[in-house]
Parts: sequence; C-alpha cells; structure tokens
Amino acid sequence: MFVLIVGAGRVGSAVAKSALAAGHEVSVLDEDQLSHERLDAGQARSWEESDGMFTLGTALETDALIQAGIERADVFIASTDGDNTNVIIAQIAQRRFGVGKVLVRVMDPARAAWYAEQGLQTISPTRHAIEMFETALAADAA
Amino acid sequence: MYVIVVGAGKVGGNLARELIAKGQEVTLIESSRPRYLALEEEFEHALQYGDATELWVLERAGIQRADLVIAVTGDDEDNMLVCQVAKEKYLCERIIARVNNPRNYDHFKLLGIQPAVSATDLILRLIEHEVPRYGLVHLLALDEERLEIIELEVSTDAPAVGERVADLNLPEGSLVISVLRGGSGFVPKADTVIEAGDEVLLVLDPGLEPAITKFFAPEAARAGA
Repeated sequence: MFVLIVGAGRVGSAVAKSALAAGHEVSVLDEDQLSHERLDAGQARSWEESDGMFTLGTALETDALIQAGIERADVFIASTDGDNTNVIIAQIAQRRFGVGKVLVRVMDPARAAWYAEQGLQTISPTRHAIEMFETALAADAA
Repeated sequence: MYVIVVGAGKVGGNLARELIAKGQEVTLIESSRPRYLALEEEFEHALQYGDATELWVLERAGIQRADLVIAVTGDDEDNMLVCQVAKEKYLCERIIARVNNPRNYDHFKLLGIQPAVSATDLILRLIEHEVPRYGLVHLLALDEERLEIIELEVSTDAPAVGERVADLNLPEGSLVISVLRGGSGFVPKADTVIEAGDEVLLVLDPGLEPAITKFFAPEAARAGA
C-alpha cells in the first residue's frame, strides 16, 4: 500500500517508521525540516535509504500534496498538531483526491465524535486518555 | 437578526461594531486573552472569550439560534471548520467565511463554504480599479448566484463609441449599470451616448464576458483571448 502521512511529529513519525518497516510505501509531508531529521533519528539507515519519501510543504497546498503523491495514495493519515488542519485536509483527501482510507487525528473528543459521524475515521488520543483514566480509577475503587 | 462573529481582529472587531450600530444582536468570539481583554470594555457582554472551533464555545454563544455566522480569523482552517460546523451541525442558514490565502479558495468551495470572501483578492481588484488603462476589471463574482460585475474602459476603436445604450444590442443577460466619466459616475439611461474613455460597469451572467468586452474594449478582448 501507498501511505501518505501529513504531519510527522511524535505520532506521525512513529507511524511512518512502522508502516515502512511493515513493507508499505510511505511518503511524509511536513512543513518543518526537523521532522525529516526525526524520521532518521535512531535508525541505522536514513529515511531515504530505506526508501521513504519526504516532502517539505504545508498541508493545505495542493501542489505539495500532489508532490507527496496523494493522487496514488491508498491511505491518508492526517496527524499534524492542528485538529482543524487535520479535519480539513482529511476532507480534501477524501473529496478531491478520492483516497480510499483516511485516518485523522483529532485531539478534541467533541470534534472527533462529530466528524466521525460525518464519515471521517477519527482517532482521538484525548478520548483514549480519558477512558484509560476512567478505567484505572474504577479499578482502584473496586 | 442574531449574528455570531468569530475572530475579533481588525476585521471582526470593526464588523461587530458596525452590526451593533445597525441594531443587530451580535456575539463576538475571540481566542486570544490579551485581545479579549483589550476589547472587553467596549463590547461588554457581546464579546466572549474562547476558541470558537470548540463546539461548546459555539454552543455557549448560542449558535443554535444564530441567523448568521461570520468567521474572520486569520486562520483559514479555523474559518473553514467554524463555518462547516455552523452549517452542517447547527444548521445555521447563512455563513460567511474569510479567506486569508486566496490559494485556499478552492478548499472553501470544495467544503461548500460559500460565500468565502478574500480580502487579498478584493484589494487586488480595488488596485486594478484605480490603475488607469487596465482594460477589464472584475469587480465582483458571485459564483453561487451566477452573477458578475465587471468594469471596462471604453477604447477609441470600440463599436460602442457614439452609440446610445439602447442601441448597443448587448447580449441577453447583461446590463450597463453605471458610467464613470470625467471623474464622476452616473446611472445611464436608454439614450445615454457612450464615449471613448468612459468606464462602464456592467452586471452580467458568467460567461458573457468575452462577448461584452468586444463592444467596449476590442483590444482587451483580443489580449484576453
């Protein structure tokens, strides 16, 4: 599969590395050159040597998305640090480029829930944290 | 009418001020604490502090009963999100979004966020309007309403020169709405005679522009072709 990941912070870069290790074709788009270094960090071979792709650019730029290969992406992952950026680019990937599988990180559980109802596959780390706290609390109380 | 304005920068602040002066009920939402504090005294209860891309902030502002939501922050993603949520989740009938980067205009359109107003674009148009001998200027284009207003400078070799407006035989779906001559404008009548050097404003259906340009500025028509 061809996986395009927009936003390679802690989460995006880790997912990029594991997707590449799992044998997928992986392209990363990020506006910060530091994110490129993050992909190399702790690896025996550089990102490009491992056949990873990296494009420097912002997610709303159609040209950057195309350069990063969105037109042939099977999976699109929106994992920038902005919830609003993520839900907007995810919809662009879905509606303009017809990407089959679109995964979106949305920190705010309320926005994540509503956009999930609209057909986006949202992942809310905050929601998960809340649930884990609740579970841990319930276990102690029991 | 109840209006929610998101973003209390220069655009949002002035807009809210004007709407309030016209007697509208307004809530202005601002996410920067310093900006909020600077405006609090003037706007009092009409100003709320918070990030309007958080649903509870919109709900606190009463989005369920808003007739109009205007998103004019400096961030295009925020403006898109606020308008999309207002329209699709809270079923607000009218939304207006500000486009900061004209290159994002297509994204607003893709998500059904119309009208989307780009100040950068408007400034470009106004500058074109002020630059003499520019030929054709697009003053307004409302895609949804299928309406355009253009301004043309009448060239000396134009077929329209010396003709009465009534005799121009302009294509169906176009109308001369104003003539600027010698520094002042007037609304033309059927017997107004078009002169070379006039600037004419026309309202027209989209797509008629090439046909219209031939009448008033054949050179601009050729240059544009």
